Amino acid sequence: MKIAIPADEKVLASDVCMSFGRAPYFYIYETLTKMGDFIENEAANSPGGAGVKAAQIVADSHADILITPRCGENAAEVFKATALQIYKSKNGSISDNLNAYLDDKLSKLENFHAGFHGVGGN
Amino acid sequence: MKFAVLSGKGGTGKTLVSVNLAAVAKDSVYVDCDVEEPNGHLYFKPTEIETETVAIKIPIVDEDLCLGCRKCVDFCKFNALAAIVNKLLVFDDICHSCGGCIMLCPSNALTEKDKVIGEIKTGISEEVKVISGILNTGEASGIPIIKDLMKKTANEKRMTLIDCPPGSACIVMESIQDADYCILVAEPTVFGLHNLQLVLQLVKLFNKPYGVVINKCMESENLIQTFCIENKIKVLSKIPFESDLGAINSDGEIAAKSEKYNGLFSELLQAVVKEVEHETVTHS
Repeated sequence: MKIAIPADEKVLASDVCMSFGRAPYFYIYETLTKMGDFIENEAANSPGGAGVKAAQIVADSHADILITPRCGENAAEVFKATALQIYKSKNGSISDNLNAYLDDKLSKLENFHAGFHGVGGN
Repeated sequence: MKFAVLSGKGGTGKTLVSVNLAAVAKDSVYVDCDVEEPNGHLYFKPTEIETETVAIKIPIVDEDLCLGCRKCVDFCKFNALAAIVNKLLVFDDICHSCGGCIMLCPSNALTEKDKVIGEIKTGISEEVKVISGILNTGEASGIPIIKDLMKKTANEKRMTLIDCPPGSACIVMESIQDADYCILVAEPTVFGLHNLQLVLQLVKLFNKPYGVVINKCMESENLIQTFCIENKIKVLSKIPFESDLGAINSDGEIAAKSEKYNGLFSELLQAVVKEVEHETVTHS
């Protein structure tokens, strides 16, 4: 099973990125091999539609689980076409959240926001 | 003769100036390009209204024909398309209607469909033809409406006043393209001056002749006037900051129809017409 997490930096001690669509990296972890990789999020600097493109990248990575603090409506729409499940991250690092998920301590992300598009977001 | 009335910020007096100029010009056309909140019609109260819808073209996918090649997904710079498990998703709100995905599709799986984004209302108010562009709430861009408004008035022989959207972005550029002259409305505040400088850059970029109307003038030192003198910019008119004018305006009445303010706007009209005639002479 593959788990995807938006990352601020390419280290496991990095915080989970506050944004899904515009996260600089995604950490993709494979539970079978217990190995993970950071991939670049090419959508991070898109003029628009970052959520759609980031979702495409995560879907293409064959992730089964996404752990993120929030997720926009458009990205959620893309994921709807896949079997991917979205969980809400907690404060802490990528590895903290990975462990929390594996210990069954994270809950599903239920609310999806409309785009921020440069206005607000916190 | 086409005049575009613009300003760097909202609430400066674009509608006040354009409505009143159209009213004193008589046989004229008033075009409300402020499609997010057109309000010129509140003053003109036009009748005999005809409504046309404005639609844009967005792609629609035939899943039976889609090969899943992703050429369209890779091409779209706005990320309006996503290909998931052999399903192509189209995000209507992100699409900018460029048509590129349809041109690139090797299997003709993408075709165009109309999406209505707003309307244009045309009516008559005494001798003024009133045309208003209206963008539906929630739509991303009013530019297609401006383009239709410009097409509608392209061959207009009557004097035309184009009430622009606020700011200096793409939608304003579309609105001033056909103008023979730009009237920049500014208010004498630090913020007003900053915004005037932004629209000045825009009209210079488009090589349009221009002049400034200073609205809300008080007797004290006037930032805009000082700036215009220093930069040799023509000041067309100074509209006083008076409660009488504010009261007429907030009652939805046209100030130029009152005895007190008719002269102010008639003189402004003469000043801009003179400027355009002068421009025609010096540019021919």
